[in-house]
Parts: sequence; structure tokens; C-alpha cells
Amino acid sequence: MKTLDFMLGHYAYWFTLALLAIGLYGMMMKKNLVKKLIGMTIFQVSVIIFYIAGSSKWGGTVPVMDKAIDVADSTKYINPLPHTLMLTAIVVGVATTGVAFALVISIYKRYKTLDETVLLEGMKKDSDSDE
Amino acid sequence: MTRKSDNPIVSLVSRIISPFIMLFALYVIFHGHYSPGGGFQGGTMLAAAVLLIRLSAGNEIAQLQFKKDLGTILGSIGVLVYFGTGFLVMLLGGKFLDYKYLAKILPVSEVMARSWGILFVEIGVGIAVMGLLVAIYDDLLEGDPL
Amino acid sequence: MIVTSNSPVLIPLLFLATALLIPLVAWKRNWLAWPVTILASFASVAISVFNVFLVIQEGQPIHYYLGDWVPPIGIEYVLDHLSAFVMLVINGVAFLVLIHAKQIVSRELPGKEMPYYAAAVLMLCGFNGIVITGDLFNLYVFLEISSLSLYGLIAVGEKQSPVAAFRYLIMGTIAASFYLLGIGFLYLKTGSLNMADVKAILPLLGDQPVVFIALALIVLGMGIKMALFPLHGWLPDSYTYAPSTSSAIIAPTGTKVGAYVLLRVLFFVFGLTYITRMPVPVTSVITWLAAIGIIYGSIMAIAQKEMKRMLAYSSVAQVGYIGLGIGLANPLALVGAVLHVLNHAFMKACLFLVAGNFRFKLGHSNIFKLSHSIRKKMPWTMAAFTVAALSMVGLPPMAGFFSKWYLALGTLKDSNWHFLVVILVSSLLNAVYFFRIIEKVYMKPIHNNPVENEESAEPVRDEVGSSMLVPTLILAAGLIVLGLLNAFIVKGILNFIIPAGM
Repeated sequence: MKTLDFMLGHYAYWFTLALLAIGLYGMMMKKNLVKKLIGMTIFQVSVIIFYIAGSSKWGGTVPVMDKAIDVADSTKYINPLPHTLMLTAIVVGVATTGVAFALVISIYKRYKTLDETVLLEGMKKDSDSDE
Repeated sequence: MTRKSDNPIVSLVSRIISPFIMLFALYVIFHGHYSPGGGFQGGTMLAAAVLLIRLSAGNEIAQLQFKKDLGTILGSIGVLVYFGTGFLVMLLGGKFLDYKYLAKILPVSEVMARSWGILFVEIGVGIAVMGLLVAIYDDLLEGDPL
Repeated sequence: MIVTSNSPVLIPLLFLATALLIPLVAWKRNWLAWPVTILASFASVAISVFNVFLVIQEGQPIHYYLGDWVPPIGIEYVLDHLSAFVMLVINGVAFLVLIHAKQIVSRELPGKEMPYYAAAVLMLCGFNGIVITGDLFNLYVFLEISSLSLYGLIAVGEKQSPVAAFRYLIMGTIAASFYLLGIGFLYLKTGSLNMADVKAILPLLGDQPVVFIALALIVLGMGIKMALFPLHGWLPDSYTYAPSTSSAIIAPTGTKVGAYVLLRVLFFVFGLTYITRMPVPVTSVITWLAAIGIIYGSIMAIAQKEMKRMLAYSSVAQVGYIGLGIGLANPLALVGAVLHVLNHAFMKACLFLVAGNFRFKLGHSNIFKLSHSIRKKMPWTMAAFTVAALSMVGLPPMAGFFSKWYLALGTLKDSNWHFLVVILVSSLLNAVYFFRIIEKVYMKPIHNNPVENEESAEPVRDEVGSSMLVPTLILAAGLIVLGLLNAFIVKGILNFIIPAGM
């Protein structure tokens, strides 16, 4: 019974682990470049969910000042610091996705394909013709 | 995406809704102190308002509302507002981003000066995020043959 | 007064302001981008020198609280001997490379100078921020700033460069995400993000698997950024296909910043006594991987035809030296590792600038196509190459010898004979692939081949212009000067970076 309690009590962290695994699988096993990007985004999202899950409390409320709760009592508000950290991480994810799509468009213009195996052959032909 | 949309409902509704989205985004930026919100969230909504017109009315008409080159310039200006506030504080004698020194030039008390400093910074971040998201969209669309 | 009291935070701010001003100032006038960059870079070198002298005079680390909030509530910037030293190395080398960049960027990337220099300055802002910050999450922010600019700088090169930049993007983002996850675990257990604060709280927790996992994730993330042996896969393609200036500015500085973060987290946040109590010996793993990386990098470099690719594999080997020094965890090895940061920065920058000179004049940098009349056509460039090559091999009195000497003394301390053998064998392997070029250029006579009819007359001097030649020569001469003065560097600065407890 204790293991079932442990598993159900930490369900947020199991979600994080599942998303991490899905993201890594997507990046490694898929051949299309855009699918690799999606895998990378899922990986970043799993880290964000980890932080948010770690900041919640039982019976806590939104960290906006409430008149009903005593000012010096901080156990009723959830921890806002990981939320602000994750705001930064989300912005970083958006910027990375922007740069990655610009790179994908540049690759498509030069090689006319987004499949990884065809791309590697094209690269090898390019470096052989440079000799 | 670069042509004008054929559906009259889409054109009309997007033209009506877009100013209200901008107004709500301004509300979100300014009320970052007191409710969920702040610079980045408001900036994204401002960008969404601009991009809605670009998507529904086509690229050529949308250039009349918000020119293509304006995105990068607004991005730089926004971050310079952020940086300028911190630098102004440094010139007034404090450490970087120590807003209570803003009380020397604004007619408020030191506690409220911190609130005003954060407000300026959030406005800078909002402008920067809007400019940069629209700039990313415009850059990615450059190669579209239509 | 503003400069002296705010000097720790001034350099990242200066670069940030410059990166924002360049698009506004040089919007239609592309030629204005380079002078603004050089001005900012020169100011940063001046402030870095001032910082070094400030720290030597104070003797204690200098703390700067952002926004005047006392840590652990606020973010602080810490200026101690290690961060001042690494900042000076990064800014100095970047300044010389940016002087060299003027002509070759206008040749290789016509019309794109404004975004290129803005991205380069943003990258330098990120590197300086990583070095000087004292807060774990602030380090992640600056890490991502510098990484995104890096991907942009690499992707504008030859035809294959976007693919190399894409691969580097995927691996770099994974590295930063691992680092973020690691500090997430640390934050949930200790409740603080400040480096000094975490160091104070960690011994009170006892042995917990969560902290060990945090350390493993951070080491993994920084190992990818640093190109430690099995995680180096992004490095050869990125350095080869990038434009010449990008390789010359990233190779001396990018991986060193990863090594710096590893040093900080291992010795200044976790502490040596904590690490030796871990279930898996982290430092031994790092030393073994670094040793294999040294041998692998040297052997792969011998097999290359193109000069930039050879230098990229050589970088893998040299970062292995720094990893070896960090992992051995005794004072002499640590001094050797940090001294190697300085020496390798100068050597690699000089070598990549030489490759840039070849590309500017000859259009390629393929080793087998270098004809032996180059020693008459570009004598100063070849002289700089020879000095840098001798320093990489490790001949005294060049600077490369002294860092390898300290590393060798460090391996002898705990009788790690196998690592000493690795250092010596790799020096021999370095000699193979550098002397191959020197022999091809210097040892063949010019006029004794009646069959070759490429140059029938005496080859004329066709050296590159002075704005490209002077930085190359300053770096090469600097290697000799640093070698002769290394005792002052070690006694003056490096002796103070050894953390208490070694």
C-alpha cells in the first residue's frame, strides 16, 4: 500500500518523466527535422512542468495578496518564485523555436528536403565536390 | 497566408476584434502588479492582435497598418527602455536596477518609486516582445512565393 | 566614479547596450557596425584589466548586489580572481579577433555586417554574464543568450552550415535543459538559488540521492557545452562550416565557458569534501572521459584534409586537457587547467586567424592544396602558424609547455601514471599533424621542379593587409610573452583561485 501511495502522491513527477522520455524519443528516432524540433519542445516543456509541480502546496491559493489571510502567514500562498523562473524559460523556448525555424527554412532552400538521411547524403556530396 | 482571406466572416470579425485584443493586452501589462500578467504576457497578446490582421487581410494590406521593418526597431527600442531605466538609476548613484533612486527625479516617495520603476520595465518588455514576435513572423514569411 | 563602483556589472551591460544600438545606428549604413563593435570591445578590455587589478588589490571577492537586494533574496555578481581572469581572457581574445574580422566579413558575408556584428556582441555579452554571475538561474539565462547568438553566427557560412547549426541547436538546448533540471532539483531541496548560499546549506542535508542526481545532470549539461569526449558530436561540423571569424571567436571562448561553469559548480557550489562522498566518483569519470577524448581528438585530427576540421578535432583534444585538470582535483592540476584556458585561447585564435588569412588570399584552406611557395608569398602568416604550432605541441619557451607541465605535475601527485602517459603521447600526436603542414610548406625547394609550371618566376610577396596581419602576429608574439611571464601569472592570480580545502 505504501508504494501505491508513493506512486499516486508523486504523479506530477511521473508526468515529467513521461514527457522527458517522449521528447528524447522524438529527437532521436524521428527522421524529419520538424519532428525533431517538436521533440525538443516537449523536452523543454517537461522541465517547466517539473518546476511548477514543485511549487504547489496543499490548500494554497494564487500568490496575489488576499485580505482574508494574515500578512505574515506565507503557508497559504503557493511559491511564486518557480513561476517567474519558468516564465523566463518559456521565453527562451519561444526564441529557440524561432531561430530553429529560420534554420529549417534555410536548410530547405539549399537542399530541397527536410529528411535527415537525404540531407546527410547531400552534405557528403557537397563536401566531396569541394575537394 | 499572404493573400486576402476569401471568407467575409473572417475578414469582418478579425477587423472588429483586433483593437479590443490590443486594449486587453494593455490592461494585462499595466496590471502586472495586482493580478496575473505583466510584460511578456501583454506583449504576446499585442503581437497576436497585429498578427491576426496579417493572417486575415493578407500581407500587402497589413503592411499599411504595421510596416515590415518596424518589428526589429521596436524590439531594440523596447529593450533599450528596460536598459535605460536601469542605467538612469546607475547615473543617479545607485546600483543597477535599484529603483528607489528614481524618487530623485519623480515626485513620489521611495516605496512608490520602486513600483513606477517596475512599471517602466514592464512596458519596455511588452514593446520588445511585440516587436520581436512580429519580426519573427515577417522573416519566416519572406520566402513565400505567393 | 560610476565605473569604479559598478565595475562588476558594467561589461555585460555595455555589450547589451551595444547589441541594441547596432541595429538602430547601422540600419541603412552597414559600414557603421564594425567601428561601434570595436569601440565597445576596447572598452570591455579596459574594464576587464581594471577588474583584475581591483581584485588583486582587494584580495577578497567583490560582491555586487543587483537592485541592492541582499542575497539570497536578490541576485548578486561575484568578482573573484577566477572570474576576473577568465573575463580578461575572453575579452582580450575577442577584441583581437574582431579587429581581424573587418576585411574578411565584408568578403565572405557582403551586406550582412549589421546583423553579424550584433549577434557577435550579444554572444560576448552572454559569455561575460556567465563568467561573472553568482546566481545559478542567472547563469542559465546568460547561457541561453550566448547560445542563441552562437547558432546564428554559425549558420551563415557555407552550404552545409545550417545543418551543422541545427544539430548544435538541438544538442545545446538539451544541454541547457539538463542544467535547468539540475538546478530545479537543487532549488527544491535547498530553497535557494545563490551559489554561496547553496554551498552553506548542502552539508546540512546529509547524503541524499536528489543532490547527487542534481550534480549528475549539471555535469552532463555542461559536458555537452564543453565538448567532453562522447558529447562532442556537434563540434567538428560547427567549427568547420562556420565563417572564418565565427570559428575564430567561438573556438577560443565557447567551450572554455562550459569548463568554467563545471569548475564553479564542482568546487565552489558542491565543494570537494561533498563530491568525494558521492556513490559514483564524478571526478574520476570526468578524468577518464577527458583522457579518452584527448587521444581520440588527436588521432582524428591526423586524418583530416581540411585545416579548419583538423583544428576542430584538435579543440576536442585540448578541452580534454582542461577536463583532465578539473577532474584531478588537486591544486597543481587546477592551476594547469586554468592556465591552459588562457594558453589555448591564444593558440586556437591564432590558428583560426591563420586559416582565415589562407581563405582570404587563396580561397580555401585545404592542407593538401597548400603549395610550398606560400612561405614566400605569406611569410608572416606562416611564421605565426609555426609559433602557434610549436606552442600546441608544447615546446618551451612557448606558453603551451607550461600549462602541460603543471598538468603533468598534477597527475604525478596521486601517482596517476596513466594520465601522464596520455599527456605525453598526445603531445607526440599533436606534433604529427602540425609538422605535416610545416614540412609541406618549408621543407620543399621552390625551383627544383621543372615539371611543375605553376610559378615560373620568383613568387612575389602577397601578404594579407595589416588589419588582418597585426592581430595574428600579436597573438603569436603573445604566446612567447605569456610563456616567459607565466610565473608571474601563476603567482599573482592563479594561486588565489584554489578553493579552500584542497
